[in-house]
Amino acid sequence: MPEETIVHGVEWTVKELFVYPNEFIYWSIQIVMYPYMTGLVAGAFVLSSLYHVFGQKQLKEIAQFSLVFSLALLPVAALPLLLHLQQPTRAMGPLLTPHFTSAIAAFGIVFTAYALIVLSEIWFVYRKYFVEQVYALKDQPGLATAMRRTVYRILTIGAYDIDADAIRVDKKAATVLAAIGIPVACFLHGYAGFIFGSVKANALWMSPLMPVIFIMSAVVSGIALCMLTYIVIREWQAFRSRRKGGVIEASQIKGAETHVIDIATRYLIGFLVAAISLELLDLIFRGYTAMKSWDILRSVMYGKDFMNIFVLQYTLGNLVPFVLLLLPGRTLKRTVLALLLVLFGVFMMRWNVVIGGQAFSLSFSGYMHYEIPIIPHSVETFKEGLFGALTVITVPFVLFWIINKFVPSLQREVTGD
Amino acid sequence: MSCSRRDFLKEAVGGTLASVLPLSAFTFLSTAEAKAAIAESTLRWAFLVDTTKCVGCGLCVKACKNENEIPYDAPVTRTWVERYVVTKDGTTHIDSPMGGRDGYTSMEIDGEEIDPDDIDKAFFVPKLCNQCDNPACVQVCPVGATYQTNDGVVLVDRDWCIGCGYCIMACPYGVRFFHPVHKVADKCNFCYHRISKGMEPACVECCSFGARRLANIKDPDDPVTKIITTERVAVLKDEYGTKPHVFYLGLDANVR
Repeated sequence: MPEETIVHGVEWTVKELFVYPNEFIYWSIQIVMYPYMTGLVAGAFVLSSLYHVFGQKQLKEIAQFSLVFSLALLPVAALPLLLHLQQPTRAMGPLLTPHFTSAIAAFGIVFTAYALIVLSEIWFVYRKYFVEQVYALKDQPGLATAMRRTVYRILTIGAYDIDADAIRVDKKAATVLAAIGIPVACFLHGYAGFIFGSVKANALWMSPLMPVIFIMSAVVSGIALCMLTYIVIREWQAFRSRRKGGVIEASQIKGAETHVIDIATRYLIGFLVAAISLELLDLIFRGYTAMKSWDILRSVMYGKDFMNIFVLQYTLGNLVPFVLLLLPGRTLKRTVLALLLVLFGVFMMRWNVVIGGQAFSLSFSGYMHYEIPIIPHSVETFKEGLFGALTVITVPFVLFWIINKFVPSLQREVTGD
Repeated sequence: MSCSRRDFLKEAVGGTLASVLPLSAFTFLSTAEAKAAIAESTLRWAFLVDTTKCVGCGLCVKACKNENEIPYDAPVTRTWVERYVVTKDGTTHIDSPMGGRDGYTSMEIDGEEIDPDDIDKAFFVPKLCNQCDNPACVQVCPVGATYQTNDGVVLVDRDWCIGCGYCIMACPYGVRFFHPVHKVADKCNFCYHRISKGMEPACVECCSFGARRLANIKDPDDPVTKIITTERVAVLKDEYGTKPHVFYLGLDANVR
């Protein structure tokens, strides 16, 4: 095919029956990743705030980790959008010349505001640690140590006061920021829901419930990912220390704390119930009112996408983990399995909204199928294909690994609180 | 230099406020306000499609592709012609291969041969951008790269479009697409470069049957405006509240 005839979308869209000539699956895997990653950010932050604002003391350990992890996830929420743009060099456009009647225009502002809140909260939480490191690393040999100390000196931004009064102020500031952060995190994500929910041309997307559904499932996925990562890292640490049998005392490495998991699970189930109820309400309402679009929506939901919606999303992604988490005698392995399924379920929900919303034609007389490009043969098929999505999933873990080198979110305080 | 935390915060807040304040000197105008600021125009472009006259030759699609430099063999087009065939069993068969560019010469629709004796009615419907008065595409553009001119036509600024595709998603008529060469949103603009110089749009000029006509809906003496105002015309999908300005004569209930 000559290059000038390759239209965006033509390589992964298969049309069936009557579809308008210009219709393709323009929003593909990266737009599935966008609300998924944003949701993880928002959810991770909400989990950390449960401790910082609502004083859930048992959650302290996972809360600190969640806060830092939400920072690692943050840049990745914008990455899919960048990969998706046809003109990525103009990505700053919505920030520089925002057109405020557009739901996307405020993304840069909301995103930046949220990033500032997360960054400053982390700074207040870890400032004492930064200062201590600057003093501890003083006069120690080695270029690496010197560079490390320089990084910590920059991180303190010149605030070396760590007496009791100053620390008390720090704690208060962190609490206030966490409190402001909850509505902002919810806004960041509810607003991602609004981007879809306000598209009146799309019969599946248009619903005032969309932002709320997005927030609930966001918190679910965020909590699940934080719990999962927390369990995996803790168990890995415990495993390593058992094997090497030395560096750290055995009493300090206990693996994942059961009570932390218990409480986090309780919140997870709560939000899961809210998310499923809202989604079912939306579905029932559409069926009951049976507007003009219902015929084609029904044929997509109960026919073409039945597997994706009812088997993969609702059953495997919602019902099965729900049962797994509620049945008595829950083990760590079962929890991990349930968490993986929850994450998968939320991903399928995003998929079914974004891809499902484009599975039928605006003419209501035809269908479009999305065939995700697996092996890329051009930049476009990489960005909007499997490997583009995998890149987006990998980045936050790499970022977390780097950030964790300087902000040890997984270190247990020996002295206690 | 010594700087206490209090000073630092003070300076930081002061600096932020100082940099934000001048922004308040700018006012954001709504589309209506911007319109009102410009003198009331005596020109509002509209379009009349007479579906009873269209024979489905596809010349309009060819002319449009050539005039507006949309790659000829790319499966996207600024205007297209749909074929509707309603058979005796009540089924509506619809197709528009390559936008109807090459004309409808075969009895086959979507791989199915239609027997002429089975047909209750059949007709062609040309489609193009509706240049809505309340355009959803303009509302959702995050950078204002797509905008409505004073005379009602919606245009795309190719140097400003970021290629997010939100406008394509927002248009209920499916008239928008990504230009395969320029990689920005593209759509019909009634051949704005021609009509603003007193010429007809390419599709109107090449239609030998008079199925497509351009109107200035604000000029009561315009012959096409007279048809729109005095005869029974319909618009597509008015339930979306977009106030489309392409009017149809003889629009069938089966038209999507």
